[in-house]
Amino acid sequence: MVDKIVVENLSIDYGGVRVLKDMSLSVKEHEILGVIGPANSGKTSFLRALNRLNDLDISSRLSGSIRLNGKDINREMDAEEVRKKVAMVFALPIPLPMSIFDNIAYGPRRHGVKKKKKLEEIVEQSLKAAFLWEEVKDRLSSSGMKLSGGQQQRLCIARTLAVEPEVILYDEPCSGLDPISTAKVEDAMRELKNRYTQILVTNNVKQAARVGDRVAFFLMGELVEIGEAGQLFTAPKDKRTEDYLTGRFG
Amino acid sequence: MKFSSQTKQKIAFMLLGIASTIVIVPVIVIFTILIQKGLPAINWQFLTAMPRMGMRAGGIFPAIMGTLYLVSGTIVVALPLGVLAAIYLVEYARRNFLTRMIEVAIVNLAGVPSVVYGLFGMGLFVIYLKMGVSIVAGALTLAIMILPVIITSAKEALQSVPRSFREASLALGVSKWQTIRYVVLPNALPGILTGTILGISRAAGETAPILFTVAAFYLPRLPKSIFDQCMALPYHLYVLSTQVPNVSPKIQYGTALVLVGMVFLLNLVAVIVRSHIRSRKQW
Repeated sequence: MVDKIVVENLSIDYGGVRVLKDMSLSVKEHEILGVIGPANSGKTSFLRALNRLNDLDISSRLSGSIRLNGKDINREMDAEEVRKKVAMVFALPIPLPMSIFDNIAYGPRRHGVKKKKKLEEIVEQSLKAAFLWEEVKDRLSSSGMKLSGGQQQRLCIARTLAVEPEVILYDEPCSGLDPISTAKVEDAMRELKNRYTQILVTNNVKQAARVGDRVAFFLMGELVEIGEAGQLFTAPKDKRTEDYLTGRFG
Repeated sequence: MKFSSQTKQKIAFMLLGIASTIVIVPVIVIFTILIQKGLPAINWQFLTAMPRMGMRAGGIFPAIMGTLYLVSGTIVVALPLGVLAAIYLVEYARRNFLTRMIEVAIVNLAGVPSVVYGLFGMGLFVIYLKMGVSIVAGALTLAIMILPVIITSAKEALQSVPRSFREASLALGVSKWQTIRYVVLPNALPGILTGTILGISRAAGETAPILFTVAAFYLPRLPKSIFDQCMALPYHLYVLSTQVPNVSPKIQYGTALVLVGMVFLLNLVAVIVRSHIRSRKQW
């Protein structure tokens, strides 16, 4: 498969503290890459570097390169272009304070889609793809904030899909959800595999095993190991990975 | 003498209760006196007629209209300027020497006595910029006076919009300005309106800033343009109370009541608009 994202020698500092050390890895097109690791292992910083949300923190410094479809996202693309192609779903669902319809239509509208018919189409397709359509189709005009936690997270996924990204980043998307909502979000991820490249940062090792094609293990800002999910979970090459998976630390 | 902790608590609550009740007293007294002595003067003619006989009779129509003009002019200038400044300071400015200077300047501007604004307005707008004693000069002076109030409240309103909303929007590839325009500003609007309300009240009630810049002592007609002088309620009240002999107290109190009533009405409009916006707010 083609490499969608290639990260080379990526290091990130926050106000002088190094949170990511000389990391190199690649993400293949249409795969789900699970990223696991204990707290402070640099998972979220890694994710936020991929769509340049780190730019918002003025104390952050980045070296090395991240390439998307061969283009350097920090030097050859502007931040908006990167974020439109590499979208992020956050740990806590953050519906914007507007109706369900407007939440989904928000991105496309800002990117210039004006026709009502087209917007309705995008909203319906996005909600269907995120497995939320059946639950909300009769109340699209009610507030996105009145949905349950799991529904809100799927709303956020739908909102992300509406801008037609190529890559979707998830930052512990199920940390606040119950098991049934989690299962629904995971179903949505598997369903989206045919069309998107997805990176899932999670504290839940089992979740990485359930949905990840490949899994990367981060520890204290370093990439310890990356490999096929089946191999990494059953026969980890690195002692530290094994220790983490068996619960000896972290 | 020793009290049990229960008794101490009771005494503390009582003192706190008394302290907050005392705040209501002056308000009630002022309103009672104003209404008691001023209400008999108020009728349709008082509100809509020109003053006559050296302001000892007739109405206060030009002063009411003058104050309305001044308040509108002030808001038209101060609101956009203040909100744009607040957006810059909150969303764009980096923390450096310049922004700290701007913030210090805003705080100091808020502490300048209003008569100094009056003299400043006369020096800059009336004399140097040759606007003459006019509604423009007065409104600009009042606008500078209420800018700190508007900027400060707008800043607080913008800061109270959760950072996560901004990130959610930015993460969709939406530009920073569009994020501010479509997510941050709509949610900051109620707070910005609160500042506007305070600004309106100050602009409508101050005498000193308009003294040298716009207010006419006696002008029994409406202003012809924004470069004309006009009468204004606070100054008119001052004139009636101290400069003109033999004015019946009825007219004085009536004028005061109209001024207070007008500020109240202007505030009411802003409060209604604000609660309307808040009711649509979904978080």
